[in-house]
Parts: sequence; C-alpha cells; structure tokens
Amino acid sequence: MRLRVKLFAYLTRYRDNLSSGTPCEVDLPEGATLADLLRALQVPDEEVKMAFVNGLAQPEDWQLKDGDEVGIFPPIAGG
Amino acid sequence: MWLIRVNMNDLTSRVEPLPDAYKHLGGRGMTSTIVAKEVPPLCHPLGPNNKLVFAPGIVTGTPAPTSARVSAGAKSPLTGGIKESNGGSSWAADLADMQVRALVVEGQAKKNGKFRGLHLVWDAAAGQPKVEFFDASEHAGKDLFEAFPKIYAKFGDKISISGCGIAGEYGYGNAGIVYNDPAKRPTRYSGRGGLGSVMGSKGLKFIVLSREGSPGVPITDEALFDQGRKKMIDALRTHAVTKPKGALNTYGTAVLINILNEAGGLPTRNFSSGRFEGAAKTAGEAIFEGNKQRLGKELYNHACSPGCIIQCSNTWHNPDGTEAASCVEYESDWALGANCGIDSLDDIATMVKLCNGYGLDTIETGATIGVVMEAGVIPFGDSQGAINLIHEMGKGTPLGRILGGGTAFAGKAYGMTRVPAVKGQGMPAYEPRAVKGIGITYATSTMGADHTAGYTIAPEILGVSGKQDPLTPEGKAALSRGFQAATAFIDTSGHCLFIAFAVLDIASGLEGMVEECNGVLGTQWTTADIGRVGADVLQTERAFNEAAGLGKETDRIPEFMLTEPLPPHNQVFDVSDEALDSVYAEL
Repeated sequence: MRLRVKLFAYLTRYRDNLSSGTPCEVDLPEGATLADLLRALQVPDEEVKMAFVNGLAQPEDWQLKDGDEVGIFPPIAGG
Repeated sequence: MWLIRVNMNDLTSRVEPLPDAYKHLGGRGMTSTIVAKEVPPLCHPLGPNNKLVFAPGIVTGTPAPTSARVSAGAKSPLTGGIKESNGGSSWAADLADMQVRALVVEGQAKKNGKFRGLHLVWDAAAGQPKVEFFDASEHAGKDLFEAFPKIYAKFGDKISISGCGIAGEYGYGNAGIVYNDPAKRPTRYSGRGGLGSVMGSKGLKFIVLSREGSPGVPITDEALFDQGRKKMIDALRTHAVTKPKGALNTYGTAVLINILNEAGGLPTRNFSSGRFEGAAKTAGEAIFEGNKQRLGKELYNHACSPGCIIQCSNTWHNPDGTEAASCVEYESDWALGANCGIDSLDDIATMVKLCNGYGLDTIETGATIGVVMEAGVIPFGDSQGAINLIHEMGKGTPLGRILGGGTAFAGKAYGMTRVPAVKGQGMPAYEPRAVKGIGITYATSTMGADHTAGYTIAPEILGVSGKQDPLTPEGKAALSRGFQAATAFIDTSGHCLFIAFAVLDIASGLEGMVEECNGVLGTQWTTADIGRVGADVLQTERAFNEAAGLGKETDRIPEFMLTEPLPPHNQVFDVSDEALDSVYAEL
C-alpha cells in the first residue's frame, strides 16, 4: 500500500532533502502499523510524540491502509 | 513592600505599605482582587471610575527562572468584564525589584490633548519608591518605534518602559499595553482586552521605571526558595519542548501552525475551515529555515525578558538579512496569516510590526480583518489590503475606528453572522469545533475568548499532561475547569505560562513552583493548594463579571459554530449548555 507521509520540525533530519510538512510517498506491505512506518523511516520511537492519520491522533499499533495521510511530530508546544 | 496609587485627576501619588490582606497575592491574583474590590462593575471602562492595576508575580524579580511577568488588570473596554492581561518584560522584574507589589492608576486627567508619563525611581533616603510625573504629550500620535528611543534618550539606558500606542489614545477595544523587550523595542504586550485604552483614557502614555538602587525582592526562606528554583530549572532544562535548542527555542511558538493544521483545528479564512493550504509556508519551521537561508546560519530564539531559560522569541529577517519583525508569535502568525488566507511570512511580519508600532493586539487585529474580509471589504489573501487596513486603524479614519473596535464590533458594523468572539473578544488560533476543550475555555473564561485562560490544547493536541481526543466533548468541562484554576495560580506566581508544559509532565517541577512561592512569601502551600488558590482568583473574577452583567448566559460559543460543520472533520461545537455551566457551578 502507498502512504502520504509528512515529517515535522526536526524529524525531517531522518529523510534527505525533505522539508517540514512536505509529503513524501512511502510503500509498505498491507497490514503495516504506525510503528512499522516509523521503523521503515528509521525515525526513533522516542523522538515521536504525536502521529496523525487523516487528521486524527493514533497510537503506534494503529493499522494503516492504502491512501492514508500520516503526519508525524516530535514533542512541540507553544501558544 | 508597597502599593502605589497614582491619581490622574490631580496628578498626585501615594506610596502606601502593602495591606496585610494583599501580602500573599501577586500578578493576576493581585490585579483581579483590587479591580473587584475597587472598580464599580457597571462603570464605563474608559471613564474616571475604572482603575488600571499593574502587579508583578510572587516570584517576579527573584532568580526564579522564566518569571519576569507582569499582570495588567482593569475593567475591559472590549468585553465589559474583568481583565487580566499578562506580559513578559524587564519592566515586570524592575517593578518587583522596587518592591512595588501593586501600582494602581486612578481617575482621569482633564482631556486637553495632553498626555502624562510616570517615572518611578528608588528614593534611597526614604527607603521607598517615588513617583514623578512628566509631560509625554510630544509622543502622542507617534509610532511606538519612534517614541521608545526618545524615552531611552531622556531617562537613560537602564530603564524599562510600559505604555500605550495610538490605539490606546483613540480608545479602541483593540489596544494593548506595550513593554520593552531586551533590545529596547516596543514589542512585548499585555495585548488582550483593550487595556491600552484604559491607560490612554486616563491621559497616561508611559510608565518609566528606573530601578537603580532598589533593594530587590525580599525572600523569607532562602533555602526553600533555592530548592524550588533548582527543581524548576531542572524541569525546564530537561523537558523536550522547553530545553535549550528544544522546540520552543528552535522554532518559536509558531511551531504549532503545522500540528493544528494537521489536526484540522487551525482556523482558516475567518473560521470557515480547520486547514490552511499555506500552513507550512508560515510555520515555525519555515521561520527557522527562512532565517537560515537569509542569514547564512542557524538562528535560535531569544528571551523576551531577563531570566528566561526557555527563550522562545524569534526574529524574522528580510531577504537582505536586516531585521523585519520580532517576534512573530504563533497567535500573530495565525491571526494575520491563515485566518486571513495570507501565506507570506514577509507580509505577516510587516503586519506584526505595524501592530506593535500602533499599539494594537495582533490577535484581535487578525480576527477583525478576517471578519471584514468575509464581508468583502478586501478579499481573503490580500495582504497589501490587510496592511492598509492596519494603517487605517493607525490613522484613526472612520473605517479604522470600526476595525479598532475589535472583532465583534466590526462584525456588527458589517452585518456579519460568522463572528468568532466570546464576550466581545476575538478568538485565538484554535477552532472550538475541532478542539472541544479549548472551546469550553473560550466560552466560560472570565476573560472572553482566551486560549491562555485554560490551555487544554496541551492534552488535546500536544500530548502534554496526557492525551485526550480533541473531538469529544466528554470530560472536557472538568478538564477546562482544572486548567483554568491552575492557570490562575501560575499567572499569580509570576511564572510564564509556558513553564506548564514542563511542570505538568515533571512532578518535581510543579513542587518547585510552589516551593519558590513559599520561599518568597513564607506560606505553607503544597501542590494540592494550586487549584484552590487559582479557584479563589476565578471566583473573584466571576463575581465581578456577574455584577457587570456577564452571567452564564454569556458563556456561549457563537451560534454559527453550533450549526455549521467545520471541514475537514465536519464537526459542530456539540458541548451542551449544562456542561458549559458546570465549569463554574462546580468550581
């Protein structure tokens, strides 16, 4: 299946030439979870605070499906 | 410790010992207590019976980190209720160092086109602060970027300044109180609620502090204070969002643009969508990368005030590397960006600087422009048109005065129904339909629509202090209530609200905050008292609002949010009136 994935803030360092919020396409086997996606991207678990799938925050064992849009964030805050 | 009363009727002042009843108060607790006790709730906010109160927090002026905060309070010309608006500046620490726990400006100078300034100095012989008046009329009608250097030239480099801009002279509902930043710029604000106009209405333009020789803040129990301070520093230096080169220090508060957009909660084009296609171009990451490109090096953020170890204030630079504006905060970036359909950081920075120069609140300005864009005054995305509208406000033209009245006022003038405001105050940068808890805070806060009053975004979006589903209304009244009470305590302590990100996750940091306060005051508070002390402040504010005519009927979200589903999640604000009423009924 094919996913549209966005990395934000300093997580972009795990992907060459990718700017924050720019989507890239990632292919994964059917049934893969968010945790599988992080492994495929080589983004360390402990650096990820929030992951959104189609605009909704999901846990790492969330099962992804073809066409999902995923946004991955490190710990951030502001106001 | 002193309470200073300045009477603008006859240009006199009194320096009084702090009454015993006020000795455990600071910041918001102090301003709201004095306003509730001394200001008639039904008075005109711009009339002689309103009072403008400044109070540094309990630990402000001490070595407690990230604590140079001041509360400004009065009856608000924007909401008609009580207002506390918090700012960070050396002005806060200097007021505390002069042992002034409250500065109360009363009465009203005769309206003859003259403006006065106050100059507070430390009178070493008398062992107390002293107030001098000066003629500030030459600064009336002037941009604050023009006025500030002249004030420094007159009083010297070691001063701190607060004041109002042209917006405050005109009496706009949208007029903040300005303070100097560390680079002597007029960029730090108690922005919300029109307090700049309360200052202007009194014929007061600037309050200059010369702290030289002042004794500093007395600390009752040094050992306990130090213990608390160290715990707080440890928490701030280790938490991922507050540590050096962490998210706030790197990207600034505008790092929130992308995550709110991703969650579908970034209000776009006057709250008609929760997603903005230009979000990434205006986000904190784009500010960091843009600066890097234009300066040829990485630029980390600076402190808004002395003693801050979070250091989240950014500076945006022009293509030639010169300074464009400082600081482009998340709220300003959103208000003048996504909310207006504008995706140019250069244009947003231009507008931020104009607001700072005229004395306008950036949130109210952007929310107002969003409404009149929808009304067709200018199209969404027209940044030059938006810049022109801010100039109209600065010039005091009839259109400018309508806009200066704020979001709700301008919405009425143009017959609009999609007007994002509660109690007359324009909404900040989080969509109530996509983040239910913050909507409850907007609806019920004593301040009108104010994100800082109970920042449920922490668990609803950021995963700080637990994780909660932003789309469900379940349990959110209690969540908002808890955040509102804890916030009232932090605003009283004198710490910047951003310490909450660290201390909500790191228990020893929370203990540290209470130990710092106990160390200064000699109190015996525990972390269990945080909610109680905060709730006392909220009850005081609530009672004032009810007497001013702002009862629970005004604790409501605008009707369009109850009926118009918001893309992308197609949610309405589905929190019941009973749940909203329970926030204060069960406080």
